[in-house]
Amino acid sequence: MPRGRIEIIEEYCKGCQLCVKFCPKDCIEISTDKINPNGYLLPIFVSEDECTGCGICGWMCPECTIDVYRYIEN
Amino acid sequence: MTERILVAGNNAVARGAIQAGCKYFFGYPITPQSEIPEYMSKELPKIGGIYVQSESESGSIYMVYGGGLTGKRIMTSTSSPGLSLMAEGLSYLAEQEIPAVIVDVVRMGPGIGTGGQGAQTDYLQVTKGCGHGGYHAIVLAPASGQEIFDLMQLAFYLADKYRGPVMVITDFILGQTEEPIELRTLDFGPLPEKEWALTGKEKRGGKRVTHVAAFFTYQGILNYQMKLIEKYAEIKRTEVRYEKYLADDCDLLIVAYGSSARIARGAVDMGRANGLKLGLFRPITLWPFPVEAIAEGASKAGRVLVVEDSQGQLVEDVEASVKGRVPVHLLGMWGRHNVGGGGIIHPERVIEEVEKLNEG
Amino acid sequence: MKDKSSDVKKVTGRPDLRLLSLGMYCPGCHYGIITRVICEVIEELGVAGKAIGLAGVGCSFGGAPMTIDIDWTSCPHGRAPAMATAIKRIYPDAMVLTVQGDGDLGAIGLGCFMNALVRGENLTTIFLNNAVYGTTGGQMAPTTLLGMKTTTTPLGRDIQTNGYPLHVPELAATMRGVAYAARCTVHTPANFQKAKKSLKTAIQKQIDGIGYGIVEFVSACPPGWGLKPLECLDYISERMLEEYPLGEFKNVDKTD
Repeated sequence: MPRGRIEIIEEYCKGCQLCVKFCPKDCIEISTDKINPNGYLLPIFVSEDECTGCGICGWMCPECTIDVYRYIEN
Repeated sequence: MTERILVAGNNAVARGAIQAGCKYFFGYPITPQSEIPEYMSKELPKIGGIYVQSESESGSIYMVYGGGLTGKRIMTSTSSPGLSLMAEGLSYLAEQEIPAVIVDVVRMGPGIGTGGQGAQTDYLQVTKGCGHGGYHAIVLAPASGQEIFDLMQLAFYLADKYRGPVMVITDFILGQTEEPIELRTLDFGPLPEKEWALTGKEKRGGKRVTHVAAFFTYQGILNYQMKLIEKYAEIKRTEVRYEKYLADDCDLLIVAYGSSARIARGAVDMGRANGLKLGLFRPITLWPFPVEAIAEGASKAGRVLVVEDSQGQLVEDVEASVKGRVPVHLLGMWGRHNVGGGGIIHPERVIEEVEKLNEG
Repeated sequence: MKDKSSDVKKVTGRPDLRLLSLGMYCPGCHYGIITRVICEVIEELGVAGKAIGLAGVGCSFGGAPMTIDIDWTSCPHGRAPAMATAIKRIYPDAMVLTVQGDGDLGAIGLGCFMNALVRGENLTTIFLNNAVYGTTGGQMAPTTLLGMKTTTTPLGRDIQTNGYPLHVPELAATMRGVAYAARCTVHTPANFQKAKKSLKTAIQKQIDGIGYGIVEFVSACPPGWGLKPLECLDYISERMLEEYPLGEFKNVDKTD
């Protein structure tokens, strides 16, 4: 059961891959063919089921371009 | 009746600044101007002002730059070697259009020069921009204690009006000589609001202000430069100041500023008493330089004698104004009455030069 | 997939103060992360309205004013502490912050910085140590490591020619006007959180009028180091932190 998800505003990503490295659950991978308008290879949110919404990828993104959401159990 | 007091020129600098509402002074000791920071360190705290002594003249000009960004009236004072350390800061003040008043109490240069006596060897530095990039600062050259007191007030007005550095240049003689001054307040009219001042955005309803390098401005760097070019052209049109003494019916026009102008004025009176039809043209703004007025005066007189206590710097601008229409002669620092530190060009020496010229 | 809108909470995103701009930083530059630290700390302390930032010459020159929504001025090389002194003296209630690199503060501006400490100014300085002059293409800086290759130490920095790496917070900690001096990094999530705490402490010293606060950020410079962003992280752990130990070197509630 996924407990969170992320949205990457691709336009501002510079393909540095810090989010890929620091995701504790390896939910993000760098694509080999998806490029943003500035020509950077984009990270992809792949294993959504593992995401805990911890926010680490958001902290470590130098461009502050990852929004992290957490599902609230009600 | 406004109060009259007997004070030295350096003291008049400080009092004039306070009269103009300047409450923040950032400076560094250097002979022959240290009396100015000394006075400010004593008097500013009494009126809720602040004196900060920096670690160098470089530190001072950047405190002036920071202080000017807040929109308050701020100043520094120094002497020739210190002004060299302020060169970079002046260029930034001009580029960022930050009002500031910088006083240079000149001592002989180049190099360490001599702290203990004056000269006029900073003319080119202050008028041609001592920093990089081709900017201008308005340069005011008083020739008496009263004029120092008055021009300090004008300097702060012009700095705010044109948003940039304004310099007041005196020297050892003017700085240390005591003269009576009237503590009068001069009003030069209204000034625009300083909505560009850095205050923290809460004072502007959350809208921030940034002062970043000109090349970041959205209009493009060339449009930015054209704005400065037009500003300087406007200043040249409207802010030239000079004084003429018996200059309209003379056959030899003496051109001199600051302390040399006091000497030249004595020579004009001495000459007139002995049948020599001399006149004096005294630039008060060294920039914008009174080009047309000097050219007209020179043509009317037919001959020009520049008197300056330097190797020959003012003479370059006089020659440029006169454009060879009439002969321009220079009596420079070699006119001093002795080779020692206290040498001064005496009025008698000026007359001697005139008589040499008359012999042809 | 869960329904998106009703029961979801945003936990991290672009800080309110973080302007939407590419901010002139190279891919993988830690400046961007440090920008987040600054934005979040200012927001948490609620001082955005009083904040006046001064950016030194270097990567912070354009980057900081372009990315953080407070009043800013860029400063001539190494002169931010002098400018900040005047601003703070004139506006004591403002929160005045200088952001300077290792060349700006450690080389041309060291005298200016040290004298601000001599005066015990009530300021905060963020010192970015990436061991090279990044903007100008990767030349040696005062903090370049011994043996480290840069475009002006092609054979690696050596003591005879280029002297020793400069330790700024340790130096600052010896000054009585200093209230807080620390070194941190943002090269791991844990260090990111510690860095936030450090900067918050430093700014609080200013707010409480205790004295100067300086926080050094050891940070990466991929093009200057000739390494990929992820390789820079290892270079920090294995080489940089060996020379530059992390921690607080001074933290006092009264300077005397």
